[in-house]
Amino acid sequence: MTEVIGSVAAAPVINPVKNNISRIALIGNPNSGKSSLFNQLTGLNQKVGNFPGVTVDKKTGISHLTPQHKAQIIDLPGTYSLYPKSLDEKVIIDLLYNKKSALYPDILVITVDASNLKRNLLLYTQLADLGIPAVLGLNMTDVAETHGVKIDVAQLQQDLGVPVVPMNARNGVGIAALKILVSQQLEKPTRTFYQIPDELVVLVRQIRYYFELKNDYLALHYAHQYKKLSFLSEADKNYIEDLRQQYGFNSNALQAAETIQRYTLISDLLLDSVKVSRAESNEKFSNKLDQVLTHKVWGYLIFFGVLFMMFQAIFAWATYPMDLIDAGIASLNAFIQSKFDGPLVDLLTEGVIAGLGGVLIFIPQIALLFAFIAILEETGYMARVTFMMDKIMRKFGLNGKSVVPLISGVACAVPAVMAARNIDNWKDRMITIFVTPLMSCSARIPVYTVLIALVVPEKYYLGFLNLQGIVLMGLYLLGFLAAIFSALAMKVILKAKERSYFIMEFPVYKMPRWKNVGLTIIEKVKAFVFEAGKVIVAISVILWVMASYGPGNAFEAAETQARQEAATQNLSEAETNSLISAHQLESSYAGVFGHAIEPAIRPLGFDWKIGIALLTSFAAREVFVGTISTIYSVGDEENISTIKEKLLAEKDDAGNPFFTPARAFSLLIFYVFAMQCMSTLAVVYRETKSWRWPIMQLFYMSGLAYVSSYIVYQLFK
Amino acid sequence: MQKTQRSVRDLRIGEKGTIAGLLDPEMSLKLLEMGCIPGTEVKLNSKAPLGDPITIIVNDYTLSLRLDEAENIMLK
Repeated sequence: MTEVIGSVAAAPVINPVKNNISRIALIGNPNSGKSSLFNQLTGLNQKVGNFPGVTVDKKTGISHLTPQHKAQIIDLPGTYSLYPKSLDEKVIIDLLYNKKSALYPDILVITVDASNLKRNLLLYTQLADLGIPAVLGLNMTDVAETHGVKIDVAQLQQDLGVPVVPMNARNGVGIAALKILVSQQLEKPTRTFYQIPDELVVLVRQIRYYFELKNDYLALHYAHQYKKLSFLSEADKNYIEDLRQQYGFNSNALQAAETIQRYTLISDLLLDSVKVSRAESNEKFSNKLDQVLTHKVWGYLIFFGVLFMMFQAIFAWATYPMDLIDAGIASLNAFIQSKFDGPLVDLLTEGVIAGLGGVLIFIPQIALLFAFIAILEETGYMARVTFMMDKIMRKFGLNGKSVVPLISGVACAVPAVMAARNIDNWKDRMITIFVTPLMSCSARIPVYTVLIALVVPEKYYLGFLNLQGIVLMGLYLLGFLAAIFSALAMKVILKAKERSYFIMEFPVYKMPRWKNVGLTIIEKVKAFVFEAGKVIVAISVILWVMASYGPGNAFEAAETQARQEAATQNLSEAETNSLISAHQLESSYAGVFGHAIEPAIRPLGFDWKIGIALLTSFAAREVFVGTISTIYSVGDEENISTIKEKLLAEKDDAGNPFFTPARAFSLLIFYVFAMQCMSTLAVVYRETKSWRWPIMQLFYMSGLAYVSSYIVYQLFK
Repeated sequence: MQKTQRSVRDLRIGEKGTIAGLLDPEMSLKLLEMGCIPGTEVKLNSKAPLGDPITIIVNDYTLSLRLDEAENIMLK
C-alpha cells in the first residue's frame, strides 16, 4: 500500500524562526503535572474560553519558545486514553481527529508521571499510532527517584521512538530544554505500537480513503467513535454505521483487546529502561497520613475543622476587603456626584458603577474559596474528602465532590457554583449546580434577622437556647433539606449522559505549588468578573432605571403630593425627603411592577410594597432591607430597631398590624427558597454555558417559594 | 471449581489477589485503561470510613473505586 501524499508534505522545513505561530497541545493523564507545565510555559499569558458546544473550559496561552518563536499552547483535559469516558475528554478527540479543526495542533507535548510510567504510557502509545509529531515530557522524575524508580532516558527514548525530556514541572527543571526541542522538532514518532487485526484492515482502509485520513489507526478510531465526533455529518455517520454492520464490528471487545495488547507491549518495553529498587515509600507515608485523615472519627472531625476554617475565611476574613470595596465604590460615586450633575451622571453612578460594585464585591470571597480549594486539590486532600463523603452523597444523586460546593453555598452561591467545576461527571455537576443556591447564603442573613426580630420574641429556653436563634437555624436547615431533596428528585428526572465512575487514581500527598494556587485564583476571578460580570451590570442598570423613573410625569406628581402631606403633618426636612423617596418609589416603574403583581402575591400575604422589595432583591437579597427602609420612609438610620419600629407601626386596611407572624413567616420562607440573585443566575449561565439551566432554576426555586409561602400564609393567617 | 468466584470486593485489607477477568463490558474498558489487566496483582489498600469506596494498589499506584465497581474485577 503506498502512502497518499498530499502537497502538504512536500518540503518538511525545520525552521525555528517561523512567522506563523505554531500550536502546541498539552495532553496527559490527570495528575501527570499537565497544569503545572501549562503554567510554567505560559505564566500569566493565559486565556480561558469555551470549546464549541460543550461546557469544558478551553485554556490557551502564549509561550515564548525562543525569543523569536512564539507558540500557542492549548491545555487539553486530562485523560487516560483516547477512548473518552466523560464529556470533558470528548473534546480531545473532536480536536485531534479533525485536521480542519481550528485548533489542530502542530505538536503534542505528552506529560507522563515518571513514577507511574506503565499506565501513563498507554495514552502515549495511542497518540504515537495517530502519527502526530510529539515530545514526551517525563515529569516528576524526583518523585520517581524517591520511589526507587530509575529510568534510563536514552533507552526509553529509543524504545518509544520519540524525544523524551526529563523534567519537573513543579519547580521548572527541564522546561528550557523542552522549549528548545519543541521549537525545532516536527517529526512524528518513529514507531507504532498497535497492530490492527487482519480482519479489520479492509474496513479500516475503506474509512481511511473515504475520509482521506493519513493513517489506519485514526480510521479505526472513526469506526469506534463516529457517534461522538461532532464534526461528522449524518451521512458520514451512516456510512460508518453501515460498514460496522457489514463487518460485524464489536467495539467493546476490540477496545479491550487493544488495551491489553498495549499494556503487554509497554510492560515488555519498560523491562529495558526502568529499574525499580525499592517501591512504595511515598505510598507508605501517604498511607500513614490516611490512617488519621480518613479515620472513622478523626477523618470527619478534621474535615469539619477544614470546613470551619474555610467558613471563617469566606465569612469573616472576606468582610474586610469587601467593606473596602463597598466604601471605595461609595466614595467614588459621592465624588462623581459632587462634581457633576444630571440624569447621565445618575445612570453612571447608581446604575453602572453600583452594578460594577456588585461584581467586585464578590472577588474576596471567590479568591479565598478558590485559594482553599486549590490547596486542597494540590495536596491531594480533596481526593480524601471525596472518598469519605461519596457513599452519603451518592444516595442523593450527588457525588463526593459535591460537598465543597454545597457547603460553600452557605457563604455565597456564586463561588460555590464555580467550585462545582471540579465534578467530572456531567449529571452530578448539573445537580450540584442546580441545588446549591437553595443553601441559605450570607445575603439572606439581613432579611432573616429583620423579619425574625419583627415576629419572634427574644425568649430563652433552659437559660441559653435563644428562640430567635432556633428559628434562624430552622431556616438554614430548611434550605439544606430543600437542596438535598431537590437533588434526589433530579437524580430520578435527569438522564445521565455518561456513566458515573469513581475509578480514579488516588493521589499521594504533596506540597501545594503556590504558583498553581495563585493562577487558579486569578483564573476564577477573571472568569467571574468578565463573564458573569457583564450580566450583573446589565441587570443592575435595568433595575436602577425601573426604580428611578416612572411613567410620564409621575415622579413630579409624587414629589408634590409628598410635600403637601409633609406640610400638613409638619415634618422636618429629613422626614420630608424620605417621604418623597417613598412616594417616588411607589410611582416608579418598580412601583408599577409591585402594584401589577400584587394580585399574584396577595395569597402569600404580600402587598405591592413587598412586591417592589421582591423585585429589587434581584440585585442582591440584602437590598430587601434598603428597599423596605425607603418604602416605609425609615430615613437614613437603617438599623434593625428603627426598621422594626416602622414595620410594627405599619397597618393594613382594617387598621390592624400589617406584619402578622403569618405574613412574616410567609416572607421568610419565600426568601429561603426563591431564586432572587442575578449574580447566581449569571454564574450558572457561565458555568453551564446555556440559559436553559439558570431559567429552569429561576422557575423551579420561585415556584417552590411561591407554593411554600402560600401554604404557610394560608395555614397561619 | 464449584466454589463461587471471588472479586476484589471480597478482599480483606492488606490481602492480595490476581485478576482473572472483568465482568461489565463497558466498565471493564475503563478498568483496563487504569491497569487492571488480567494477570496483574492487586492489593486491597484501604476502605472509606463508611466501607465504600475502597482503594487498591495495582501496578504500583493507588486506585480508588466503589464497591459496585470492584465486584466486576474477578480474582483467580
